[in-house]
Amino acid sequence: MTISVAMTVNGKSVSGKVEARTLLVQFLREHLGMTGTHVGCDTSQCGACVVHVDGKSVKSCTILAVQADGAKVTTIEGLAESADKLHPMQEAFREHHALQCGFCTPGMVMSAIDMVKRHNYQLDEATVRRELEGNLCRCTGYHNIVKAILAAAPAMKSAGV
Amino acid sequence: MTAQTGIGARVKRKEDQRFLTGTGRYVDDLPLARPTYAYFVRSPHAHARIKNVDISAAKAMPGVVEIFTGKDIADAKVGSLICGWVVKDKHGEPHKSPPHPVLAHDVVRYVGDPVAMVVANSADEAKDAAENVHVDYDVLPANVDLARAFDKGIPQVHAEAPGNLIYDWEIGVKADVEAAFAKAAHVTKLDLVNNRLIPNAMEPRAAAAEYDKGTGNYTLWSTSQNPHVLRLILSAFVLGIPEHKLRVIAPDVGGGFGSKIFCYNEETMVCWAASRVGRPIKWTAERTESFQTDAHGRDHVTHAELAMDKDGKFLAFKVETIANMGAYLSTFSTAVPTYLYATLLAGQYTTPVIYANVKAALTNTAPVDAYRGAGRPEATFVVETIVSKAASELKMDPAELRRKNFIPADAFPYQTPVALQYDSGNYPPIIDEAMKIADYQGFEARRAEAKSRGKLRGIGFSSYIEACGLAPSQVIGQLGGGVGQWESAQIKFNPTGNVQILTGAHSHGQSHETTFAQIVSDKLGVPLENIEVVHGDTATTPFGMGSYGSRSLAVGGSAIMKAADKIIAKGKKIAAHLMEASAADVVFENGTFKVAGTDKNVPLAQCVFAAYVPHNYPLHELEPGMDENAFYDPANFVYPAGTQICEVEIDPETGVVEVIAHTAVDDFGNIINPMIVEGQVHGGIVQGVGQALFENAVYDKETGQLLSGSYNDYAMPRADNFPSFKLGYKVTPCPHNPLGVKGCGEAGAIAAPAAVMNAVHDALAPLGVTHVPMPATPLTVWQAINGAQRQAAE
Repeated sequence: MTISVAMTVNGKSVSGKVEARTLLVQFLREHLGMTGTHVGCDTSQCGACVVHVDGKSVKSCTILAVQADGAKVTTIEGLAESADKLHPMQEAFREHHALQCGFCTPGMVMSAIDMVKRHNYQLDEATVRRELEGNLCRCTGYHNIVKAILAAAPAMKSAGV
Repeated sequence: MTAQTGIGARVKRKEDQRFLTGTGRYVDDLPLARPTYAYFVRSPHAHARIKNVDISAAKAMPGVVEIFTGKDIADAKVGSLICGWVVKDKHGEPHKSPPHPVLAHDVVRYVGDPVAMVVANSADEAKDAAENVHVDYDVLPANVDLARAFDKGIPQVHAEAPGNLIYDWEIGVKADVEAAFAKAAHVTKLDLVNNRLIPNAMEPRAAAAEYDKGTGNYTLWSTSQNPHVLRLILSAFVLGIPEHKLRVIAPDVGGGFGSKIFCYNEETMVCWAASRVGRPIKWTAERTESFQTDAHGRDHVTHAELAMDKDGKFLAFKVETIANMGAYLSTFSTAVPTYLYATLLAGQYTTPVIYANVKAALTNTAPVDAYRGAGRPEATFVVETIVSKAASELKMDPAELRRKNFIPADAFPYQTPVALQYDSGNYPPIIDEAMKIADYQGFEARRAEAKSRGKLRGIGFSSYIEACGLAPSQVIGQLGGGVGQWESAQIKFNPTGNVQILTGAHSHGQSHETTFAQIVSDKLGVPLENIEVVHGDTATTPFGMGSYGSRSLAVGGSAIMKAADKIIAKGKKIAAHLMEASAADVVFENGTFKVAGTDKNVPLAQCVFAAYVPHNYPLHELEPGMDENAFYDPANFVYPAGTQICEVEIDPETGVVEVIAHTAVDDFGNIINPMIVEGQVHGGIVQGVGQALFENAVYDKETGQLLSGSYNDYAMPRADNFPSFKLGYKVTPCPHNPLGVKGCGEAGAIAAPAAVMNAVHDALAPLGVTHVPMPATPLTVWQAINGAQRQAAE
């Protein structure tokens, strides 16, 4: 049995028929072909699949597609204004070499943006490290991710995003 | 231009744009036409005889396309997966080589051993059907405890390896070592377990395959660190598909750390079945499968003894190690605890005689193979732990004992007693710099301050050496390696002057697209944005050995330098023709050919255009085109070295260890991009600290069930486990490669465990604790503290 779902993904209206068990991340990757959001585990711990649902960061492997029916979803593909103008968080990740293999990166960036906003653009190193507990990276040792997020917070504030 | 983008510049990465915008292409992202999906039925038992596999119910499930069992594989005469390195034991006999079927047929030998592959129209349907494949097992007793693997009465994993012994190998002259021990003023002894690790690249392994009926060609996309080697193994040994009919593509790969070097069951099955199913097949591991079936790392049980004279000068070193191979021999498993381990036991020291004996054991656990550092972290852990223990016993400063035994700078090239000849190095300035950065002088004040807060503070050193940049092919051949270890490069100019660098190396996080481009930009004066690095596709890149063993830059980068030299040599002849000068008078500077002593000049781009549009061109002596190939086989390994200093605080009430500071000073030779090197060191340190404090692959010793099989149970290092790191560099260029570079990919993970554990032991020394096993979890540390306190009270 399939169920119809409709939502807004990166500003565009999308719809599809899914099984009840279809996860939001499966809907994004397999139905919409938006493969920027990654799956790195099966226990909702790695954070590679983080997207924003109605403005809040959510592990898209922990919710069903039908639970996102009617929601506004933002994925890594929807962050940059254009190829030349990245979101300040994306720019900070590049500037500080906060990614190596790139697999955890989409989830890291999405979590980090939500983190900055929840802390009203004011973060310190200890807070960033604690807040990253839901995102695993095996390449960077987190050092440069922490630096990038600390640098992005004021940049996001001045850019008004 | 080159000042900003050439060698030594902190260039931002070319690959970041796609990774930051969600447009990277990993295997699971590939769009395939009418795909099918594979799911593997795996053994829930560590050791069992397969009585029957019933696929009838599963075959009738919705969406099921095909189901293959071990019998199908045996009937089709699919070859065994191979071990590519023949290690000869101490009697000169090759190691025992039990078969490794692609799907288990008669016996399963570890939890996760694949038994059948279900192919269906969707991944969910394949998984649903797999649950209805009924396998009837006769459960057998399992051999799980490494320390007891050779004991009488322990279950045998393979009949081909009696007593579970793969080899009993040695290096060094035992009698010389014993004679030196007889004269020793002091002997330090150490028993340790190098804990088993699970690599956990964030991208799970995946494979997809497609068969073109018209041409008979196969395409396999795989999460591989070395697609050419994978193709070679599948073609020559396992599937028999000729190399020219099999294209292997490793697109964006999300980390490897060694675990994606090897030829695995699943990619082999997917490729084999593609022609039988007639539609593309895709398989992506669930994380649970990664835990169970990615080749694991480390897993040694070791006894070591260090003999010293009365002043602490090292006289001799002997090491006995049992190394776990798991249930089958993975691709390079046999080499890891021998030639990549025991040859590093000299460390940075002048120890004149060394003897090591390594016994490799089969157990009913997942295969064990190279994981970041591969043998060298295990060697460094033994050497650096025993040196610090010796310093403690002799009541010497650990830095002082190290300095006393360092190979002096004027002794290079230095022949160690365990086969390697270190090409270059200068160790004392490294430890000096590390001590300065770590403020070693101020440590006792910090310790006292911590004590006033009820915390135990400790500091630990680890001065590592490693041999990487694998490797001189003839040496590898003499040691039993089954492949060459050169690397290839092709520099292909297009008529408009932009460049493709095609490399046989593969990037899965190491940033080749940037560093390799920097080399060519620097050498040929081409703007960085006009350079593209192509890797990972056997159809487009020259045959190459891939990336592992910190080899990409030292070997692959050197191949690029050689190809660039050929471009310059050809360009010089073209320029001489265009300038009507003698080639002998032409020099190449900053991308331009000049006639020395005149103002005549021709940019390289103009020579390239002339080579493709050869209207005014010396065709009688020169071929058109500007496209040069090079293969580079190194003269020796490269020998990065460094010192890490870790400072920890331990809460004696809870046993929690906190890393307060971690310093690394490395000699990687010349550095192409410091930003990228720092990133490699950071990541390596975290994997090394992870081994010391958090990570542990644990099997139940009776049942062989993997107890640490998910992120709930296997403690991955997280951001809040660490401070920011402090790094420094010293440079002694490698004397035998054209870039003067050494490798930086594994150093962090090689050095860190000993630095952390030496700091833990230093912190706990006042309580009388002399040994804490890895990982030093709160429970382990608390038990060590309370065991010592109880002993003191009794």
